[in-house]
Amino acid sequence: MSELSFVRTEMLPEKEPPAGERGVIKWMRTNLFSNWANSILTIVAIYVLYAALSHILPWFLNSIWRADTLTECREIRDALNNGEPSACFAVITERWSQLIFGFYPQHLYWRPIVSFVLLFVALAPVLYDTVPRKLFIFTAIYPFLMVWLIWGGSIWGLLMVIAGFGVGYLAFRALTAVSGLVAVIVAFVAPVIWWLYPSGLVGDALQSIIPIAIESVESRSLGGFTISVIIGISGIALSLPLGIVLALGRQSDMPFVKYMCIGFIEFIRGVPLITLLFTALLLLNYFLPKGTNFDVVIRVIIMVTLFAAAYMAETIRGGLAALPTGQYEAADSLGLDYWQAQRLIIMPQALKISIPSIVGIFIGLFKDTTLVIFIGISEMLGFTNLIRANTAWNGIYWELFIFVGLVFWICCFSMSRYSQWLERKLQTDHH
Amino acid sequence: MYKSVLFGVLTVSGLVAGAATAATLDDVKARGSLNCGVTTGVPGFAAPDANGVWEGFDVDVCRAVASAIFGDPTAVNFTPTTGQTRFTALASGEIDMLARNTTWTFSRDVDLKFEFTGVNYYDGQGFMVPKDLGVSSATELDGATICIQTGTTTELNLADYFRANKISYEPVPIETSAEARQQFLAGACDVYTTDASALAAIRATFETPGDFTVLPEIISKEPLGPLVRHGDNGWGDIVRWSLNAMITAEELGVTSANAGELSGGSDNPEINRLLGSEGNLGEQLGLSADWAKNIIMSVGNYGEVFGTNIGENTPIGIARGLNAQWKDGGLIYSPPFR
Repeated sequence: MSELSFVRTEMLPEKEPPAGERGVIKWMRTNLFSNWANSILTIVAIYVLYAALSHILPWFLNSIWRADTLTECREIRDALNNGEPSACFAVITERWSQLIFGFYPQHLYWRPIVSFVLLFVALAPVLYDTVPRKLFIFTAIYPFLMVWLIWGGSIWGLLMVIAGFGVGYLAFRALTAVSGLVAVIVAFVAPVIWWLYPSGLVGDALQSIIPIAIESVESRSLGGFTISVIIGISGIALSLPLGIVLALGRQSDMPFVKYMCIGFIEFIRGVPLITLLFTALLLLNYFLPKGTNFDVVIRVIIMVTLFAAAYMAETIRGGLAALPTGQYEAADSLGLDYWQAQRLIIMPQALKISIPSIVGIFIGLFKDTTLVIFIGISEMLGFTNLIRANTAWNGIYWELFIFVGLVFWICCFSMSRYSQWLERKLQTDHH
Repeated sequence: MYKSVLFGVLTVSGLVAGAATAATLDDVKARGSLNCGVTTGVPGFAAPDANGVWEGFDVDVCRAVASAIFGDPTAVNFTPTTGQTRFTALASGEIDMLARNTTWTFSRDVDLKFEFTGVNYYDGQGFMVPKDLGVSSATELDGATICIQTGTTTELNLADYFRANKISYEPVPIETSAEARQQFLAGACDVYTTDASALAAIRATFETPGDFTVLPEIISKEPLGPLVRHGDNGWGDIVRWSLNAMITAEELGVTSANAGELSGGSDNPEINRLLGSEGNLGEQLGLSADWAKNIIMSVGNYGEVFGTNIGENTPIGIARGLNAQWKDGGLIYSPPFR
């Protein structure tokens, strides 16, 4: 056995794996055809995809973008596409401005556009911590600026509203030496009194001395995507702080606060949003004195905010419950008072845990703004009805829904991507 | 007991509210525009064009009232209302009048405390079927699947009609007319039933309208008209006689083209009273003498409004039928201007 005739002295070059074990074929064998059941599923899925796309794709590719009526669309289709199914996106070409701006006066379109652009400037310091902190001043001013840009009117009315906060602050400073509690109460009551009584008179007086006003636009002119953004953004911005307060209230040791919060949350969560909207629009009209001008958009914003806040409170309570007790004890042992502990230790962690659900509520709220169609506010879906009611476009269907769906998808998808980015950025545990 | 106190308070506030709106005309004049409730879109009756300007058969009733008051058909704020919000909007004073395909019924007139000021369109529920179904009468529809909008009076009328004729049907519930159109064309139901005017409007949008037919049976009475709140009869008179002015103008042959010329005086005393060159009818309403002339000059007479919005020369193409003048065998009839 010792006389070996040949011993290989160098390694053989590696051979490529057999054809069935590499590249596309390997991928397909492992992922698509690993056994007979999966193979059948793959073939069925491919067939379904083909069947769907073979109907939808030609319809899209034959799209007609220029026509004045549906009939004209059909004539163009018969002439150019031999009568094959064709989408008639000409309706979007003609009516996109209505879907976006509603009945807003056409020569004033720049105002919602400017508000929308400035919205992102105002949001930047909230969303990204690399943005200069000084921008927060603009964020604080933005809500008032937006109201003025959208509804127009005298700038003094707006300044008088801001002045109310100044009144509250001055009252607080003046009385804080006397008694802390009295100062807080007066700080809340004084601005309300200011807004109810003298602010209107002072505003009118200033307007007559130095008239600065832009053309005013009534709420009934708002519609389309604009109204969805107004209601959605206001609801989102207001429901988060309100939700935090409610969540803390529900965990409070003070029974009155606690049961108020539980009652509120459980009542709102037990009632459909559409019921609240009907209440806002219909019932309140009967109870308020005739001639009370309680703007319908504001009523809707209040209801949407209350609705989202109740859900928000429960989500944040989940985040609070997920925090180990040690965190609360750590805060206590550092000698922090309740609000300091919440601000510095508890809330940052609880909110971080709740980010996915909070964004889920935001997205839901934004999509729920379409429900205002049922109380006669023409948001985008409402406008699809109005456009169809015009004899020129009566009979058009999918094109309008596709456009509306696309606009909502862009908004909701952006929110979702941002929340995922934020989660990754805030990830502090070590994996 | 607490409950009765609560209701008492509500009643009192209701009464106070009623008293406060007694002079609608003054409110409208002070505001400088009419608040008019319309639909959230019915082809031919109310819809905004590409510039957001409302047009349609119901819209023109609003414009007529605005013309009578201000001489300006554009002095109207249109408020789209849904089936649920329309009556509250009117009762609460959000709108001054409602011109929204609303059927005049006993309970709406009496129980809801509204005043219907006339009928601008006599509608009725009909059936549409594909021609190849081979049906020529609704009585042959035994066992048919029928697309029907839920929660409407059409649903009840349908049940009554089929029960009275001892035939059966299978309802396919539908939410909106756009959905109904898609389902009907896709063959989800054999028959689509709704008001005959809406059937005509939908049929006009089909690619091959000739393949579908509207059956001759009309199974309900749907008199549609403008309405106002109880409690301000003077305001109700203005809306009522604005509509009657359009109807009378058609009967007397006064059109938007010749009203200006005829207002200088004519041989027919009723035309003179209508256009304000004789008598003081406008003054009696609290309006200017040329109120009716303004309506006809800016909006047109009943026949012109019908023709431009839903008549046979429009894509909707509804024949006058019941809505012809009484002289031509229809039901459109105005009390005399005297």
